[in-house]
Amino acid sequence: MTSDYKTIVRDGLWDNNGVLSMLLGMCPTMAMTTSATNGLGMGLATAAVMAASSFLVALFRRLISQEVRIPVFVLIVASMVTLVDLAMNAWMHALYKVLGLFIPLIVSNCLPLARLEAFAAKSKALPALVDGLFMGLGFTLALTLIGAVREILGSGTLFANASLLLGPPFKAMELRILPANMGVLMMILPPGGFLVTGLLVVVKRLFDLRAGKEIRMSGAHCAA
Amino acid sequence: MNSAPPPLPVAPKPRTLLHGVILGGFCLGFGSLLAVTARVTKQDIALRAMEDRQASLSQVIPDGIHDNNLLRDTVTIKDAHDRAVTVYLARMKGRLAALAYPISGTGYGGKIKLMLGVDTGGRILGVRVLSHHETPGMGDKIEVGKSNWILRFTGLSIGNPPLHLWKVKKDGGQFDDFAGATITPRAVVLAIRNGLEFFAANKARLTGGKP
Repeated sequence: MTSDYKTIVRDGLWDNNGVLSMLLGMCPTMAMTTSATNGLGMGLATAAVMAASSFLVALFRRLISQEVRIPVFVLIVASMVTLVDLAMNAWMHALYKVLGLFIPLIVSNCLPLARLEAFAAKSKALPALVDGLFMGLGFTLALTLIGAVREILGSGTLFANASLLLGPPFKAMELRILPANMGVLMMILPPGGFLVTGLLVVVKRLFDLRAGKEIRMSGAHCAA
Repeated sequence: MNSAPPPLPVAPKPRTLLHGVILGGFCLGFGSLLAVTARVTKQDIALRAMEDRQASLSQVIPDGIHDNNLLRDTVTIKDAHDRAVTVYLARMKGRLAALAYPISGTGYGGKIKLMLGVDTGGRILGVRVLSHHETPGMGDKIEVGKSNWILRFTGLSIGNPPLHLWKVKKDGGQFDDFAGATITPRAVVLAIRNGLEFFAANKARLTGGKP
């Protein structure tokens, strides 16, 4: 692993994207991408938790012995999730009412754990923070994309209710692409999640092939 | 046959204790962090929950028709299924003006919780969904933020429309269902009808008696 920030950023957002390349974090990906707004919300909450837990693990990496590293990582991720959950409930209540549903689900995502094991445990604190953040933002990008495709095909809208998540100025983002009742219901239901995710993985590879990149297929060892 | 078993390889000195201490240390550290956070946020979270309740009450009972604090003026009575229901009483200068109470129905994804506000004549002042687990994009049109479907109940009562029309159109009633979702609106209509019947059954107790 290099600590060159540019590579970290590009890896996180595209080259080694958590969902589209590594196929990690499938549980929240399937559950939360019924609309672009939901995908965005879940992604941002995950990015915050990933940045914080990666930073902490890298900071304490000399203290954490090999044998107990996994329980310690789980402990740190779960603590960060609970911390974010409590703090948002108390002080960002409007946002919590929209995102609150997603936050406990972050624990079921194995992408944070994978990054702690593969990167943060061997890295200095600052690069780990950047890696956690951009892996999280890459996750956000993938979830928003999947959500957008499913929402357009399934409900005919794009970024519906985005103003509930981002605030009233973002009302202009809420678009209607297809007339109401033209949506294909299946796209919002679970099968649509698998179909769209699969197709987007293919699209990403076609892009990479055209750009002459070698296909990186890591991960898939944990698909929770 | 009787040869002695080979001596067991000498295990490297176990450092189990050290690992236990490390893990325990982290548990203690993060556990205390969470305990402190829980303590710091407890009051604010309770306050937010109260504000939420207040907000949902003020959506079903207009602020202008009462001058008391609904959260402080409650009475608990048993419904037809022997469950305790907390009824919030809205009074104007001590006179009962309206009542609100939580109702619930079983939708496609589980329990749908609502808050129903009625005046002393049993007419609906407002009804809102508090929580539900319906399919996003389909059943969630019962939320006032997503569709104005729930607003059509305002002003209705048992008898307006007649009881046999308190159903979704698909079942021969007068309320629209949404494309792709019948179970959700059916559950909401039934919950509201049951809620009104609950008021009718307890009207004497709720409106009489106290000042």
